[in-house]
Amino acid sequence: MTGLLELLGLGASAELLSLSGWGGNLLRGLANSLQIAFGAFGLGLVIGLFGAYGKLYGGKVTRDLLAIYTTVIRAVPELVLILILYYVGSDIINKISAAMGGGRVEINGVAAGIWVLGVVQGAYATEVLRGAIKAVPTGQIEAAKSYGMPAFMIMRRVTIPAMMSFAVPGLANLWLIATKDTALLAVVGFNELTLETRQAASSTRAYFTFFLAAGFLYLMVTLCSGAVFARVEKWARRGQPSLKGGAR
Amino acid sequence: MDTAAAAASAPEADTRREAIRVEDLHKSFGNLEVLKGVDLTAHQGDVVAIIGGSGSGKSTMLRCINFLETPSSGKIVIGGEEVAMRSDGSPANQKQIERIRTKLAMVFQQFNLWTHRTLLENVIEVPVHVLKVPKAEAVARAHELLNRVGLGGKEGTYPAYLSGGQQQRAAIARALAVDPSAMLFDEPTSALDPELVGEVLTVIRDLAAEGRTMLLVTHEMKFAREVANHVVYLYQGRIEEQGPPAEVFGNPQSDRLKQFLSSVA
Repeated sequence: MTGLLELLGLGASAELLSLSGWGGNLLRGLANSLQIAFGAFGLGLVIGLFGAYGKLYGGKVTRDLLAIYTTVIRAVPELVLILILYYVGSDIINKISAAMGGGRVEINGVAAGIWVLGVVQGAYATEVLRGAIKAVPTGQIEAAKSYGMPAFMIMRRVTIPAMMSFAVPGLANLWLIATKDTALLAVVGFNELTLETRQAASSTRAYFTFFLAAGFLYLMVTLCSGAVFARVEKWARRGQPSLKGGAR
Repeated sequence: MDTAAAAASAPEADTRREAIRVEDLHKSFGNLEVLKGVDLTAHQGDVVAIIGGSGSGKSTMLRCINFLETPSSGKIVIGGEEVAMRSDGSPANQKQIERIRTKLAMVFQQFNLWTHRTLLENVIEVPVHVLKVPKAEAVARAHELLNRVGLGGKEGTYPAYLSGGQQQRAAIARALAVDPSAMLFDEPTSALDPELVGEVLTVIRDLAAEGRTMLLVTHEMKFAREVANHVVYLYQGRIEEQGPPAEVFGNPQSDRLKQFLSSVA
């Protein structure tokens, strides 16, 4: 292995990327990025589900508030939002802490990242899920109603399972965006993959090696996600004949 | 209500238990008044066929009975229990309407099976999750019912892989699984290819023969005449004529009914 790398003239790169050196830092950055992406995607799903139901079935005030939320979040660039939400959020927490007689609170980077990106994801998820819920044939929900199912059970047993097949492609998009939006958290000094890469590159001057490695890691995440989402979509589409097969 | 007293005061009154009573039912969609005061009573064991042209309000009437459509005004009494309504016609007590709905099984024109569930899962869904029947019991009963409608062996199949006739028979099995006190059929054969209509009608005919209470909105005149013991003809939101099938079909009184029957014959 080492001999082969030497032969290709990549010995120096391999050494730079070794796990005990900068390579390990990159992987730790990746782990941080994924942790935030998972958290933000999950939080976004929860916000999105409430948002979608609120927009579809809520009262006028709920709908107006949600309209403001989705419009503002989707209108402002993510980078700006991250700066606003991060600094405003930590400011508010510190003000509250001060008011309650506490000292300065050290904001946990992961929690802050999840919160900030989760709020952004929630706005997009609201629209993805709203569209998916609207695509569920009304007859399926009517049938559930006509057999005496209460509203929450209809949501749990009929609407959510039936909308999944419509939601999965959009949600897969959101997940990939979440993994890449974690890179924006570099601006607030969070040690995710992009910031780790930049530090490694500028310390060693091996920009090409490290950014190529980081790109490779992002690509791996995308490929693995693609495989997972393909399985999820297959499960969500259970009972539906394949489109290209033309079965039936 | 004391049935003996009622029978005494009105000798011709039916002494069987009342299943569904609709009084002065009105329903408007915006400015369009679809039902203009309909009265209808079905006793236990009755098979009431509701016929009429498109837009006559027959489906709307059926859907008002289980409040899939909110009536504008009127009174609906199911099994002797009046549904509490607000002044705008919406159900005042959601729990009550949910309880009453479990006794009224509906069969839809478009089947409306849950597409992400197999036939077996469709049939046990309401017994297990709404009626809290133990799962093993519900599954055993579902096998029985699917066999009965001729779908034994299709338990694990998803609805989309079945013909319309098979889907509708599965929907009837789902309806029977809740052990309903009355069944509401909303044009059960209208979405089917002609060669599939017969298999569904056979199942419904069997149910009628075993004395199930049914309200049946249909375009199948021959079938209505054969299985119903009471036929209601709706015209523009009002009951134009009703009576035993031999009377309604054999000796129609109103010109509109005569015209309707000759147009569908």
